Amino acid sequence: MAKINAGVATSHVPAIGAAIDNGITDNEYWKPLFEGYDYAKEWIKKQKPDVVLLVYNDHATAFDSNLVPTFAIATGEEFKPADEGWGPRPVPNVKGYPEFASHIAQSVIQDDFDLTVVNTLDVDHGLTVPLSLMFGQPENWPCKVIPIAVNVVLYPTPSGQRCYNLGKSLRKAVESFDEDLNVQIWGTGGMSHQLQGPRAGLINKEFDNAFLDDIVDDAENLALKPHLEYINLAGSEGIELIMWLVMRGALNDEVELKKRHYHVPASNTAVGHLVLENK
Amino acid sequence: MAINKPYKEVPGTIIFDADMARLGFHLNQFCMSLMKAPNRKKFKAGEKVYLDEWPMSEAQKEAVIARDYNRMMSLGGNIYFLAKIFSSDGISFQAAASTMTGMTQDEYAQMMLSGGRAPDSSNTLKKGS
Repeated sequence: MAKINAGVATSHVPAIGAAIDNGITDNEYWKPLFEGYDYAKEWIKKQKPDVVLLVYNDHATAFDSNLVPTFAIATGEEFKPADEGWGPRPVPNVKGYPEFASHIAQSVIQDDFDLTVVNTLDVDHGLTVPLSLMFGQPENWPCKVIPIAVNVVLYPTPSGQRCYNLGKSLRKAVESFDEDLNVQIWGTGGMSHQLQGPRAGLINKEFDNAFLDDIVDDAENLALKPHLEYINLAGSEGIELIMWLVMRGALNDEVELKKRHYHVPASNTAVGHLVLENK
Repeated sequence: MAINKPYKEVPGTIIFDADMARLGFHLNQFCMSLMKAPNRKKFKAGEKVYLDEWPMSEAQKEAVIARDYNRMMSLGGNIYFLAKIFSSDGISFQAAASTMTGMTQDEYAQMMLSGGRAPDSSNTLKKGS
């Protein structure tokens, strides 16, 4: 059967993608950030996942104000990197897994999570930056990817608890698929950041580090954190962190922390990264 | 009974909720149109003429022309939509964010390098922690 063996969390700041695409990851500004991903790059070469369930959010790219799905799963064959206003990132197309994604949709919807099913989906930096951070610049991405989009742009977003429970439902769905597959789940976005208003630039290291502790060892309680606390203490865009809870919910209650990295700043944002394996 | 919106009290922050999205629908959809190169060109060639094609309020149009991002947000704009405007202008997210804070771009960049804007009693709610 298919099985989720590990989880990865990472921020997905567009400037990180631009640094990779422009070949400036070694400069003084970016080096400390990218060094924190050296472990994960080696680790994933050995893990060789067949499929990644990639939990991310669209940033007014594929979903505009006409259509805002709270949760969506992409069942298409292939997803193109989106033109976000400065041309598409020079990265490979993302290969989907229609049979597996449709199976997951069927299972999760019957488990009371009413996912929107998407076929044509141009994927923005929210999805492609994590792939670049983990796999570098290959000619083709080395595994299939099932995009799972969470609305964190239009308030109210789903609650942390709802995201955590969705993770649990995704796990059940994966484990009921007959094919033997090594599956990972990635939660992306965050950490503290605010891109707007007079308070733009807010970074909360204390909040972020407590979140990094709790998502490993106290996720049940972390899932109870109300929206207001994210917005107030981690910035209006810090709410993206709820997507990490989807990842965490899909893993075992007990996980082994293989890597933790935290760096400020990437542009306006605090960057966090975890590698977790099921115990 | 009205829905409780405690997030409206977070200092220096506008939360893009369903009411704001309704107010800003046409402003945000105008922004989306700038994801296509021919539209960007048309907009640059005559901003007011291009804006007049959209059923936006005059206040929204003026805010766009003035690149007053705080005002655009107060009129229902969302930052990820508004990003299409400053991307069309060739301006980075960090530079655009700085214009909303009253700081110069250099001051803002320096603040971020020094660890960002720290939370304190002037910029966070006590009860939201």
